[in-house]
Amino acid sequence: MVVWADALIQGILLGGLYALFAAGLSLIFGIMRLVNLAHGDLIVLVAFVILTITAWLGIDPFAATLAALPIMFLAGFALQHLLLNRTLGGDLLPPLLVTFGLSIIIENSLLELFSADSRRLGAGSIETASVLLSGDIAVGVVPLLTLGSAIAVVLALNLIFYRTSLGRAFRATADDLEIAQLMGIDYPRIFSIAMGLAFMVLTIAALYLGMRANFDPTIGPGRLLYAFEAVIVGGLGSFWGTLGGGVIIGVAQTIGAQLNPEWQILAGHIAFLVVLIFKPRGLFPRTMD
Amino acid sequence: MALLETRGLTAFYGDFQALYGIDSILQPGETIAIIGANGAGKSTYLKAIAGLIGRPTESVWFDGLPIGGMPAAEIMKRGIALVPEGRRLFPSLTVEENLLIGRYGRSASGPWSLDRIYALFPAIKARRHSASTKLSGGEQQMTAIGRALISNPRVLLCDEISLGLAPITVRNLYDALPDVKAEGTSVVLVEQDIVQASKVSDRIYCFQEGRLSLSGRPAELSRDQIHFAYFGS
Repeated sequence: MVVWADALIQGILLGGLYALFAAGLSLIFGIMRLVNLAHGDLIVLVAFVILTITAWLGIDPFAATLAALPIMFLAGFALQHLLLNRTLGGDLLPPLLVTFGLSIIIENSLLELFSADSRRLGAGSIETASVLLSGDIAVGVVPLLTLGSAIAVVLALNLIFYRTSLGRAFRATADDLEIAQLMGIDYPRIFSIAMGLAFMVLTIAALYLGMRANFDPTIGPGRLLYAFEAVIVGGLGSFWGTLGGGVIIGVAQTIGAQLNPEWQILAGHIAFLVVLIFKPRGLFPRTMD
Repeated sequence: MALLETRGLTAFYGDFQALYGIDSILQPGETIAIIGANGAGKSTYLKAIAGLIGRPTESVWFDGLPIGGMPAAEIMKRGIALVPEGRRLFPSLTVEENLLIGRYGRSASGPWSLDRIYALFPAIKARRHSASTKLSGGEQQMTAIGRALISNPRVLLCDEISLGLAPITVRNLYDALPDVKAEGTSVVLVEQDIVQASKVSDRIYCFQEGRLSLSGRPAELSRDQIHFAYFGS
């Protein structure tokens, strides 16, 4: 019984990481209907950026992430403004092809710059620190921080979306691009701000990706897959749904691993397929179009 | 100087030409009505002014400046607000959020505030926290007009505000127009209902198949003239 409870708890904590992977993807798709195939590689790219900052400045990954956040906002804004806005229109194919190309460029550039060696963001004693929940169950501090950060990110995004003028502009643009322009909304700028925000979220995801496990330049597509699954399981347009989707994928993986270690990844995919079959709009959809 | 003017305004949907050289003038404080049958180009005329479809740069003038090459968001910031056909409220926003988003690009000082719009349309005040999709057609139209007014525009473009609404609702909406005029807002009203348009407008422009077929003051135009300009026979 304890092992199953432990698997459930570890799965929930793992879900926090998947929710962080997915939140930026959900934000971008929700506002501009852009499927960013480079999302996973961008997370890996930012993990290398954080690694480089820690090496250059001799600071810990948390401080490096704080330093990277504004830089990544500007990078996301610039990417959208200079490249992706040009691909958006009636046809879904151009942004798909461009982000697919971007994914290949990022992965190969990272291989060229950093080689295929696995890396890790060293955070000192916190990496192995844990909290004892009961006699037989302990949870790591980093996984707890990951889930806490995912909840904080979802709260912050909800605050922006539902309590600010910018959030109203995000939702209006997502609802009706033509009429949004009549409100004086400069939609290319709104898209660029949204991408900047998504980059900040993926910077936080990159921090925990690098602290929880090894990473190398080729793991981006796998993170993209988990992010997709979390968004679709949770339902489009709902950040809390995305968090729920991440947790479901995480729990399915740890339960699967408990049954048979080889089934871990497969169990997550099966959970995704089951939701897709019975609730194709996801479990907690908000967007109805 | 005219507040808003079109000079030989043309507009296309792909290869299809929807407007052929429309000349029109709106003076400050004036209300003009654009009438015509379905497909006459009335809505296209408003969309061209608002910047939602392509048009020649010097075919639309606002306050003495050509605005034909400007995007819709920039035109709105200069003081032209459109109430679109079919209301087109934002479904994910509440009624009050729909009103507030109307001043996102232009927060000019003026008579129209949230309170003033609720005073003009008390029916929507009670529903202000409701989803806009839950409103009746009339309440949706009131919200759409309020959304345009809250930016304190100098010109209000209204596209068929009576479409699909009960007569009593239409009367309530038209009863609000004198208040809008009294605040100095100029109005361009697209309407199929000739009687309603004649009552509230200073001048009428009649469109037929994308061309201007008649213009003048309502009192100076005979029933036969309007009928011929409207239907072409």
